[in-house]
Amino acid sequence: MSNKQGRGTSVESGAALTGTSSKKKATLNRRKFLGDTLKTACGAGLLGLGMGTYSRQVESTPAWVIRPPGALPEPDFSGACIRCGLCVRDCPYDMLRLAELGEPVALGTPYFIARDKPCEMCEDIPCAAVCPTNALSHELDNIDDARMGLAVLIDQEECIAFQGLRCEVCFNVCPLQGDAITIEMQHNRRSGKHAMFIPVVHSDACTGCGKCEKACILEEAAIKVLPMELAKGLVGEHYRFGWKQKKVAGKSLVTPDVEHQYNLPEGVTYDYNKGGLSLPPESQSDETPYSSNPLDSLKRLQNQESK
Amino acid sequence: MTANTISSTKEKQVPGQQAIDKKGWLRAHKWLILRRISQLSLLALFLTGPLLGVWIIKGSMASSLTLDVIPLSDPYVMLQALMSGNLPTQAGLIGVIIILVFYLLVGGRVYCSWMCPINMVTDAAAWMRRKLGLKVSSQFSRSSRYWLLGLTLILPPLTGAIVWELFNPVSLMFRGIIFGMGWAWMVIIAIFLFDLFISQRGWCGHLCPVGAFYSLLGVKSLLRVSAANRDQCDDCNDCFVVCPEPKVIRPALKGADKGISPLIDEMNCTNCGRCIDICDENVFNFTKR
Repeated sequence: MSNKQGRGTSVESGAALTGTSSKKKATLNRRKFLGDTLKTACGAGLLGLGMGTYSRQVESTPAWVIRPPGALPEPDFSGACIRCGLCVRDCPYDMLRLAELGEPVALGTPYFIARDKPCEMCEDIPCAAVCPTNALSHELDNIDDARMGLAVLIDQEECIAFQGLRCEVCFNVCPLQGDAITIEMQHNRRSGKHAMFIPVVHSDACTGCGKCEKACILEEAAIKVLPMELAKGLVGEHYRFGWKQKKVAGKSLVTPDVEHQYNLPEGVTYDYNKGGLSLPPESQSDETPYSSNPLDSLKRLQNQESK
Repeated sequence: MTANTISSTKEKQVPGQQAIDKKGWLRAHKWLILRRISQLSLLALFLTGPLLGVWIIKGSMASSLTLDVIPLSDPYVMLQALMSGNLPTQAGLIGVIIILVFYLLVGGRVYCSWMCPINMVTDAAAWMRRKLGLKVSSQFSRSSRYWLLGLTLILPPLTGAIVWELFNPVSLMFRGIIFGMGWAWMVIIAIFLFDLFISQRGWCGHLCPVGAFYSLLGVKSLLRVSAANRDQCDDCNDCFVVCPEPKVIRPALKGADKGISPLIDEMNCTNCGRCIDICDENVFNFTKR
């Protein structure tokens, strides 16, 4: 609008050739001012575009970066953390660091690497308590409720428990042993007669402290703490599990199954929970079609061979 | 610039030589030395903890805790956090208020000349520029910094992130010294070279949004430099040569005819006191408004 006016004035003065020098100067100054302002504004805008898009890229933090306990989820964290380093200073175990220029982490933000130095899970959570912006939430009052990530036994090919060897180091160092990591026995099909002692992580208790990853005896840890959004799946909201619904409702919500009718000889019954087939009581004598003495079988075989 | 002042600068080899001759080197560098002591001791106070295990101040300029009691927080970065939707904690808020009150009293850009570590870099570039006699300088508006300031405050609500802290050379250098440099020294060298070869006083005087923010705090500050003895001015031009914001001097120094007060009532005056040092006629002094 004002630009148009400026142009009009200059055309007028040019056509009339009578415009005073001060009027001309004023027009030029206005033009210069507008030009300079537009130049600076465009420069700032371009810069803003670059900075804004870069900041979005930076939010894709690598999976090995773990934020201190209580940290807001990643997009919110980068808007709350002012990169002061107070959390780093108040960590009694000195395991937090601020991202330096050149690291693939948002500049100046605090993190730790579980394999180097895991979180020791202080009961008073000093790192979060000192945070001046709630980037590390002050609402976290029990360290067991922290969710820095989730340990995942990610390489079941290399984990020696899956080879049938006894290890369980991750289970033994877990601060919430028995809740966050349990040992489940499985049949060892390789040997056919042993058990495998498999560590299993439970997301309802695991804080993501990273002690298991630190302690894993392999060259490269088979159990790793991953960001929640990478580690966890999510069942669709519409999904209902019949047995859970049944428990809530106290009864089956679908038409009960019609009891299966087996087509069996008279007196014979079938019940899976009671050992399968059962013969009528009169046939349950000691007399079986085969002798209970194993020697009889051998004799029979010998007789067959001699024939 | 009159023909007279040009010829007088040509005669002199070093700006400030007259002041050194007249007042002695120490008094001709009094405020400069005090500023360097201030800047370096601020860093030292943060460094005694990590280096010697004696914790006086911990944290960084963004937010700190003195003797485990007094919180101090940078209002600019807190404002950016606020703009992206995050309220400070109680300690954070108290820290902001203390810092706000301090700079409202002593002048916002005291941050630049007495605290900011980048100031040492750009002062060194300006000094070397004078030594090498470099005159070429890309001109861009001194108001660019306010555009950048606006930008750094608009980006947080748009992106949800404190975008400026991914770039801010001030916190980069300060945090670098205290927590670890990484490649930050490259940025520091870049700013030095930018000020030296591309634009005179380019960073602190034209671009830095941190300085722009603090300048706004200093609009009505109590502590000011005044050209109280401006009738003594012999037009040697030395103050204009060393001043990081030369535009702020002229109205106060040369405005006697127009009835302008000798008080340098400009928010971009950094209260660095170099004009006081360099003037052999003792035209300038610190005063309260």
